[in-house]
Amino acid sequence: MMKEYRADLHIHSVLSPCGDTDMSPARIVDEARKKELDIIGITDHNSTRQVKLVYEIGLENDILVIPGAEVTSREEIHNLVFFENFNDLQSFQSYLDLHLRKVKNNPRLLGYQLVVDREEMVEYEEEWSLAAALDVSIEELAGKVHSLNGLFIPAHIDRFVTSIYSQLGVFPTGLEADALEVSWRSNPVEFAQRHPEINDYPLVTNSDAHFPDDIGRVYNVIRMKEKSFCEIRMALKGIDGRQVIQGKGSRDHAITGSGG
Amino acid sequence: MKISDLISALNLSVFSGEGGLNNEVNGGYVSDLLSDVMGNAGEGQVWITLQSHKNILAIASLKDLPGIILVKGIKPDRDTMDKSNEEGVPILGTGDDTFTIAGKLYNLLHS
Repeated sequence: MMKEYRADLHIHSVLSPCGDTDMSPARIVDEARKKELDIIGITDHNSTRQVKLVYEIGLENDILVIPGAEVTSREEIHNLVFFENFNDLQSFQSYLDLHLRKVKNNPRLLGYQLVVDREEMVEYEEEWSLAAALDVSIEELAGKVHSLNGLFIPAHIDRFVTSIYSQLGVFPTGLEADALEVSWRSNPVEFAQRHPEINDYPLVTNSDAHFPDDIGRVYNVIRMKEKSFCEIRMALKGIDGRQVIQGKGSRDHAITGSGG
Repeated sequence: MKISDLISALNLSVFSGEGGLNNEVNGGYVSDLLSDVMGNAGEGQVWITLQSHKNILAIASLKDLPGIILVKGIKPDRDTMDKSNEEGVPILGTGDDTFTIAGKLYNLLHS
């Protein structure tokens, strides 16, 4: 029996230097609940250190939190990565710690990078700038994520900065991506029509929220059997009638006739 | 050499950040990848780039760069200039492309 779940897979917490100080785990989940989301992805820049608490609070509120990050490759391309469990997430955090170029953060210039607890008290402050890039290529990064059984989704490919197209000019052939993200600014169906070279990839659209109000401004409706990481993976592959219907919730880019 | 010396020697325009015209220049760095500049530029190096987003000022301040030269007649956005004034990091302009202005700067610093 298929059900439809609402998923916003690209949300920044207070740990991201550009994330609003209101984006605590409790607030994020509260906002997701208000927006009637079933699934959210926590994707801070180049760190996974705030995910676990969001996951726990999500569980208590019947919201599935997919652990992940938004990772900057050597070419300065942003990529969403997701993992099924905290073992794999921890392995990936070690990889981030090894490959992030170490530049001391200056909160005044680049923003605060805080991990907070349930009561929104500061538990940890990241000393290395999460605005830096890793020293690995996008292909190497995709390979690492897949070796940990994760999902690899290049972020906001329609943007003129920090996207595949802005940094590489043309789409790299044979890139092993599980989906591509079109930002909330664009209509994914129209974008795909202009770019036939990406027609083999499923698309997702997410809020890329840095402020509570932005959470769920667009989301995906995922048709699948239950809300789980495995089912999301199968929905991206379109297995047995599972399906991702992207671009929901956007007023300016309402999508019709795309199977949803 | 100071930023003001560069301006007259290389015929640069000044968009903003006049408070930093006496900043000392001891070299140059050429890159359009902000993360690369963040990781590799050194203190005192003037930065030649086509990037005009306000984030260039955060990077320049973080790395103690004395100034930024925008190439090919590119003009900075208003908020980029505001940030430049705040940080006292001048944004300079040239009609030259990157290769040409980098060559001129190299000759100037090594003459």
